[in-house]
Amino acid sequence: MTFFVRTKRKISGLLKALFRKRTFRIGIYGPPNAGKTTLANRIVRDWVGDAVGPVSEVPHETRRVRRKEDITITGQNGGSVTIDIVDTPGVTTKIDYNEFVEYGIEKEEAVKRAREATEGVAEAMHWLREDIDGVIYMLDSTQDPFQQVNIMLIGIIESRKLPVVIVANKNDLPDASAARIKSAFPQHPVISISGLEGNNVDELYEKMTTYFG
Amino acid sequence: MEMIQGVQIDLISAERLDRLTSMEKIRLILDDVMEGNIVILEKGLAPEEQSKLIEITMREIAPDGFSGIEMETYPIKDVQGGFLSKLLGGKRSESRLTVIGPANQLKTLKKEKDLISAWVSSSR
Repeated sequence: MTFFVRTKRKISGLLKALFRKRTFRIGIYGPPNAGKTTLANRIVRDWVGDAVGPVSEVPHETRRVRRKEDITITGQNGGSVTIDIVDTPGVTTKIDYNEFVEYGIEKEEAVKRAREATEGVAEAMHWLREDIDGVIYMLDSTQDPFQQVNIMLIGIIESRKLPVVIVANKNDLPDASAARIKSAFPQHPVISISGLEGNNVDELYEKMTTYFG
Repeated sequence: MEMIQGVQIDLISAERLDRLTSMEKIRLILDDVMEGNIVILEKGLAPEEQSKLIEITMREIAPDGFSGIEMETYPIKDVQGGFLSKLLGGKRSESRLTVIGPANQLKTLKKEKDLISAWVSSSR
């Protein structure tokens, strides 16, 4: 009897190992300054007690894709999901080093930043094509959601049939309008949060456990 | 041509685009835009092609030179398919009329889901 039980356990363990999918990689995408790294830091801090990277008012602060592995998020309903969080550089179709100069950065450093930012965007696009299983699409809800980069990226994400949750960020600001974002992308769930203040992030966690689970 | 102040606009037909491979399309667009021209595509790029266009545009950006592209198109429209297409999972429409230009010359003034208003400057 013990032999059978042991064998059964061994076989079921082998089967589990064979069919276990690697951790779901969730990419945080969006235009520059939407608050991607702020949210990534919050998720990682809330569930692992660590941080992903520095944040700044200057666009393109994140110029490399950063991945944080094995984050288990538990929702209020008790459901949980284990994911890798992939924080990506803001995607754009244009980068001019003068933009950094306007923030008081020296020309030489600004040119270097611009070059790194272009590499970062290319890297983010590559990840989206190759290595991402689901997307949190971050939008600054004080901005116009119809910007071309959003239309393009959502189209690219949809064509890859990746599950996407749209986050209407910065709901602590007076001009924020999640309704505008909902009307722009009615085909996807939209959750209004403030990554900075932590408003409503529980609803996002809840959504993540059901949507990416 | 030197005498006239202005901007060249190239309208590329869907037939011509259909004959090109993805890389040929991207190269055609970028070479044209990098010369300071505005390109209008009768039929826009597929999502995969848009993704590559962003990536290759990034590679071409140089300090005090090309600073990238401005591109405008409408959101992909869902096609209301008939019974059969619903049964087979429905079908998305092709991408739509698209305008692409150098980022320092083409500015979008207003964009709604059914109207795009843009402004082109001739100074480079």
